[in-house]
Amino acid sequence: MIEIKDIKHQYNNNQEIVFKDWQIENNQQWLLLGESGSGKTTLLHILTGILKPTQGSVKINSTEIYQLSPKALDRFRGQHVGIVFQRPHLLKSLSITENLQLTQSLAGLEVNTNRIDEVLYSLNILSKKNNKPDQLSQGQLQRASIARAVLNKPTLLIADEPTSSLDDKNAQAVLNLLLEQSQLNHTTLVIATHDQRIKEAFTNTYSLS
Amino acid sequence: MNPFKLSWKNLWSKPLNATLNILLITFGTCILTVLLLASNQIEQKLENNSKDIDLVVGAKGSPLQLILSSIYYIDFPTGNIPLKEANELARNPFVKRAVPLALGDNYNGIRIVGTDTNYIGLYKLKIKEGKFWQQDMDATIGATVAKEQNLKVGDTFYGGHGLTEMSDQHKEHAYKVVGILAPQRNVTDHLILTNVASIWHMHDDGEAHAHEGHNHTDFKNEQETEGKEITSLLIQYRSPMSVAMFPRMVNQMTSLQSASPAMESTRLFSLIGVGVDTLQWFAVLIMLVAGISVFVNLYNSLKERTYDLAVMRTLGASRLKLFIIIILEGLILTVIGSLIGLAVGHGILQVIGAYQESSQARLTGLIFLPQEVYLLLIGLAIGIFAAIIPAIQAYRSNISKILAKN
Repeated sequence: MIEIKDIKHQYNNNQEIVFKDWQIENNQQWLLLGESGSGKTTLLHILTGILKPTQGSVKINSTEIYQLSPKALDRFRGQHVGIVFQRPHLLKSLSITENLQLTQSLAGLEVNTNRIDEVLYSLNILSKKNNKPDQLSQGQLQRASIARAVLNKPTLLIADEPTSSLDDKNAQAVLNLLLEQSQLNHTTLVIATHDQRIKEAFTNTYSLS
Repeated sequence: MNPFKLSWKNLWSKPLNATLNILLITFGTCILTVLLLASNQIEQKLENNSKDIDLVVGAKGSPLQLILSSIYYIDFPTGNIPLKEANELARNPFVKRAVPLALGDNYNGIRIVGTDTNYIGLYKLKIKEGKFWQQDMDATIGATVAKEQNLKVGDTFYGGHGLTEMSDQHKEHAYKVVGILAPQRNVTDHLILTNVASIWHMHDDGEAHAHEGHNHTDFKNEQETEGKEITSLLIQYRSPMSVAMFPRMVNQMTSLQSASPAMESTRLFSLIGVGVDTLQWFAVLIMLVAGISVFVNLYNSLKERTYDLAVMRTLGASRLKLFIIIILEGLILTVIGSLIGLAVGHGILQVIGAYQESSQARLTGLIFLPQEVYLLLIGLAIGIFAAIIPAIQAYRSNISKILAKN
């Protein structure tokens, strides 16, 4: 279960933003809706342990994440949170497999090549496992970045505007992949977006105004 | 996937940048290595060869030339001195030991030195095979000479006139090898030793024949000193007091000149030292440029990678890990550069040694000095200094801000 409570965050320019409390049960799929500038990214960062809010608590699996030491928080994030960024951002100097091995070792987990192959297979890019990122197409890169996010079977899978720059067909495909992967890996899914096209797929919505 | 592998992979994703940085460090370290090894070896050779000789007396001319020719066997002698005057000096109470030298002949460019048994004591020579020279035309050869010229005890050879490669040979008299010295690790390894009379034999045949049958080994024999000449006299003092008195006495009272090996070697080394210093500063400059180049390389690549590094943080990497990765990148470049530089430096010195003409002062790349560790440490330090600013930046980076700037 993921829970945020009494969250307030103050930006450097003293502008304050208040987030209403939010409870996410395990294996639920949520949409985080909000226009640009509504604090969507801020909330995502707070939720993933990247940005410490000025006030309030974030609990993931009953761990109060901002009470962890910085190092423990980094490790916790590596093991329990998977993030799909708007752009893939795989390390260019490493092959796809090496990128995923790094994902396991940075999270403090054993390198498990079977698991890597399994995830790549489920995303249909196993044949590219030894290629460098610049040898993959945009679609393949996006799938590789989803592979990286779900690799460690995180409690929480977060996608930040995964569809905003895609056409209708591809947006639907990525959405399906995310839904499918979150089910496959028993992961709670939160998609942050202002994209109205994908609204119908979700029953749970957290709106920022 | 450890930090080292990550740093390594990242560096070689830009092979040209990495190679340029390594090359610069290699170049700097290489020059410093060559300078260190060469000046160390030269200094040691200068010291080894002159350590028991307090003063050299020879004909007037350049004192440095006198030292070079009589102790290092490099330059030409300043001229000859009358044996009579040399003998008088040798009997002076200040003098503990005086060794006559008669130079002027060579065998395949190796100098033939006419001297007496005092020479053995002066250089503490030991025989490996055969015996020391006794008769006229007996020759005891240095260890390196035996090896390089393939001479054995019992072999004979003809000396040539002059000090470099022989032009006209003294065909009438053949030297006979009677002994080979054990390696001494100084100039005597590269010499052929005989008695003074043998050298005289070569040059004034008529007179030499007149003395046939006599034993020439004792050059102090009064009757035979008339008109005879030697090249120089190596002198060991009886007491430290002599340092103040004796050289002045020689220079004022006789037509001869005296030169102190210690003083002349220092002077010589200070002359070479100017060149060494210049090169050293040049190398330091190159190292500095190399350090800046590594810094610029890391700094630029960090700018391109801020997002990548932020992503790594979201994957669980701690701040410290990023810091270590960047520092390692600096270290990998400079340590590889330093190691290659050391190796190339040794190689270059070995090649220089192989092409050197004078075998007495031959340099070698096969000697390793403890000071070389400092060169490696300098490389390490440059790597850390060049990487520290980018590494601190990576450590401090605010990943939330970076990721928000999509």
